Amino acid sequence: MAVTDTGQTGAGAKKPSPLFKNLTAKIAAIPMIMTALVVFIGCTLWTIYHSFTKSRLLPAPDRWVGLENYERLWSENRWIVSIENLAIYGACSLILSLVIGFILAALLDRKIRFENTIRTIILYPFALSFVVTGLVWQWILNPQLGLQNVVRGWGWETFTFDPINNADIVIYGILIAGIWQGSGFVMVLLLAGMRGIDEDVWKASRVEGIPAWKTYIFIVIPMMRPVFVTALVIISAGIIKVYDLVVAQTSGGPGIASEVPAKYVIEKMFTSQNLGLGFAASTMMLLSVLVVLIPWAYLEFGGKKNG
Amino acid sequence: MVDATVNAQSGPRGPKPKRVMSSTNIIIYGTLFVVCLYYLLPLYVMIVTSLKGMPEIRLGNIFGPPVEVTFEPWVKAWSEACTGINCEGLSRGFWNSVWILVPSVIISIAIASVNGYALANWRFKGSEVFFTILIFGAFIPYQVMIYPIVIILRESGEGITWFLRLFNEDASAFRLMGSLSGLVIVHTIFGMPILTLLFRNYFTSVPEELFKAARVDGAGFWGIYFRIMLPMSLPIFVVAMILQVTGIWNDFLFGVIYTKPETYPMTVQLNNIVNSVQGVKEYNVNMAATLLTGLVPLIIYFASGKLFVRGIAAGAVKG
Amino acid sequence: MKLTTKLLAATAMVAASSASAVELEVTHWWTSGGEAAAVSEFAKAFNATEHTWVDGAIAGSGGTARPIIISRILGGDPMHATQLNHGRQAEELVEAGLMLDLTDVAEAEGWADVVNPSRLLDSCTLDGKVYCVPVNIHSPQWLWLSHAAYEKAGVDVPADWFEFVDSADALKEAGVVPLAMGQQSWQTNLAFGAIMVAVGGTDLYLDVLTNKNAEAAASPEMTKVFEAFAAARLLSEGSNVQDWNQATNLVITGQAGGQIHGDWAQGEFQVAEQVAGTDYTCLPGLGVNEIIATGGDAFYFPKSDDPEITAAQKELASLMISREVQVAFNLKKGSLPIRGDVDLSAANDCMKKGLAILAAGNVLPDGVNAFSADTQGQIDDLTVEFWNDTSITVEDAQARYVGIIEDAD
Repeated sequence: MAVTDTGQTGAGAKKPSPLFKNLTAKIAAIPMIMTALVVFIGCTLWTIYHSFTKSRLLPAPDRWVGLENYERLWSENRWIVSIENLAIYGACSLILSLVIGFILAALLDRKIRFENTIRTIILYPFALSFVVTGLVWQWILNPQLGLQNVVRGWGWETFTFDPINNADIVIYGILIAGIWQGSGFVMVLLLAGMRGIDEDVWKASRVEGIPAWKTYIFIVIPMMRPVFVTALVIISAGIIKVYDLVVAQTSGGPGIASEVPAKYVIEKMFTSQNLGLGFAASTMMLLSVLVVLIPWAYLEFGGKKNG
Repeated sequence: MVDATVNAQSGPRGPKPKRVMSSTNIIIYGTLFVVCLYYLLPLYVMIVTSLKGMPEIRLGNIFGPPVEVTFEPWVKAWSEACTGINCEGLSRGFWNSVWILVPSVIISIAIASVNGYALANWRFKGSEVFFTILIFGAFIPYQVMIYPIVIILRESGEGITWFLRLFNEDASAFRLMGSLSGLVIVHTIFGMPILTLLFRNYFTSVPEELFKAARVDGAGFWGIYFRIMLPMSLPIFVVAMILQVTGIWNDFLFGVIYTKPETYPMTVQLNNIVNSVQGVKEYNVNMAATLLTGLVPLIIYFASGKLFVRGIAAGAVKG
Repeated sequence: MKLTTKLLAATAMVAASSASAVELEVTHWWTSGGEAAAVSEFAKAFNATEHTWVDGAIAGSGGTARPIIISRILGGDPMHATQLNHGRQAEELVEAGLMLDLTDVAEAEGWADVVNPSRLLDSCTLDGKVYCVPVNIHSPQWLWLSHAAYEKAGVDVPADWFEFVDSADALKEAGVVPLAMGQQSWQTNLAFGAIMVAVGGTDLYLDVLTNKNAEAAASPEMTKVFEAFAAARLLSEGSNVQDWNQATNLVITGQAGGQIHGDWAQGEFQVAEQVAGTDYTCLPGLGVNEIIATGGDAFYFPKSDDPEITAAQKELASLMISREVQVAFNLKKGSLPIRGDVDLSAANDCMKKGLAILAAGNVLPDGVNAFSADTQGQIDDLTVEFWNDTSITVEDAQARYVGIIEDAD
């Protein structure tokens, strides 16, 4: 992900001539330029601007209301619940998928047999959509016919695990599905990072007589910092976008217990016909992405440029 | 990052382990066995549930293999399940998805590969700025851009209609919003950052001498692209294709927002069939429908193997 | 008959202008068994003309369907006709000039004389012009009771809401869920409205919905409503279903004692071949006061620049409101027809109860017509959260409700 790495510069780029230089290349890049300017910058600014207006069913650029939408947003219980859910889901899924991913990667790294088969098994959920994931886990966690019922059938009569219908733990039901879908991918990323570590490190630690687990924790992990950072950014960006998983698995229920910001935005914009409020909520989502992204970009690229 | 994952393919290195049944190995294999069970469980449950009849499902062992195997749920899910008075099952959504998928994949890869090529070999003033914006755009939550894109699609649709009517006054109104072509554009836009990155990095790694030699021979922008770059980069095209096919097939959000019931992709229709029911929930049909929807990406996954891993590693930024 | 001549003239006019057959795409969210049966009556009647009905059913109830419908209209890809709840929801679309003006058809056919109650047509009218066709009257305040469930519990079928609450313990003992409730938020809101009329009375209901009087929302009468609502939420434990028709199905199969739901639940009982009075009982106004709110569905026709389509749209509009189609449609749907001059002798007991109330003029406005989608959405959120989270106290919920009503529009 070296964004600012300058690629090998083509011969054409070196000839000095202003606008018409590389004209074909410029024409060919028009879709990219349009996407960057019109969609990514234009649409984002448009949404931010309209989040300060009283737009209801239709955008109303001339009805400026300042921060009214934001005040309403933060006074709404459903938004608060959505944010809390995102925080719980985000923190848990970040930690769990990194921990699980790392442990699995370390196990696979032990030069085992059937590595390819096992990796294939752990990674396949990642090929499935969130809708499929949500629906499968909705079925497995079905209290009357699913897991809970089977465990009770084994003789553990009081076993209760009903995250789909219990508001207090529903977000963990979604978490189970999310981890199932995504942890294999984290494992693959981290495994790649591990394989990138010099074999000499291992030789040295063997000579020193350091046990393998200590080597992983104290030597390998610090060396894998860049891979972890990449994984962290990727997982975070995915977490903020969580939408279809919730729609398929719980529809935000029971009550509003498993609502998430992405769903809130869509519903306020299209169902409640309050575009302004939806725009305000999506601007908050953008802000939370920037909170993750800016420090990362600074760490990743800022240093290089200055140095 | 892409290059890093390539190392994963090289497999374990160093000497083979000597003792197979050491206690450490038992722990490792034991853990991995349990882990594999957890990952396989949902797939297994989907398959067995889809092969059972409803009476058997009501008996309640979700993990039990079917006593009487029936393929009726599959038939029903594919061609009979209803949403409203349309009882064509998932087949309609399947074909919609195909019609969305094919042009989206081709157009998005064509545009992105040219972008990547221009960025790698024909850099112009500002090209890196646009590229950086593009990459950062990949992280903007879609929710921020969804509504303005509705407007862009509507206005462009009207613009194209106006243009067509300059030549033919009776030309019927051209629509982007709600049509498959609109969705194709949306997929092209949101696939662009990651694909461009992928191609740019790849083309950058092509030896400069080749490029210079072609320039000396008088080849231009397109000449070099078609005669030198394309033939050399088949693997990266395959990776991009895997990435796009799974990504677009699995999309739900854009499918919900930018289409209408006739053009619903399979994922949206699946959610409709499962989460809206008439009378009793037919879990076996639901699971058959779920499996059917997951089949395309699963086949690609199992068939493409290591290339898939490269694809997702590259596409991860897309979220 | 002056009316007949007018009608004939209108039909002739419409027939003359529709020279060629066109396909009209019609979107709606009628996807349950009874609803689908009803909508095919429209399709059948329209296909009997030279035109074709292209069905665009959108599953997942109004909450899912409305955004799709609206974003398509706004996105410049309108369908040719669409279901929407009339009133506030479509206001902005009409104001933006996106809907076809049906005034000429309405005047030619004298809709103003036949539509009863006339408020339904008023909801379709903006600045003196008619923009939609009301197709049915729906009232949300009904209690549906399963005779099988009460037999199991060995108690008599209750006659009103309060008896129902008293009978809940007996039902629970017999392993029956007393009150079936779907998870979607509009269903809890609907139940809230019904309990509000039954417990709080019509004056309170009108004061809050029509006058948006926050003081009334904060009154002790309203506290009683919230208390009753709080008691009701305890009765639905164990009914873990999503859609309203799954909840109705619990009542049909005797797994639940009752459900507070609109009269469209009727269609589900009909599909299950149950008979009112012997298999189930329906209590309008929850059996407390013989009064119903008259919401309902209406069809809007997005503007088209193709005159052939416009003509066919008007033809469909006049078809939907015609006598035969009204009868056929509403019998299947379980709703009441929007015109008083039709023969509904085929109606069952429940529908007749509704018709009688309607004839007596005991009608109230529905929340869907009274509030904007935004306010309605906030009340949806509040009621569904309250219903599912028993840790929210009556005081908190009422305070939040007052806040919503203060800002309501």
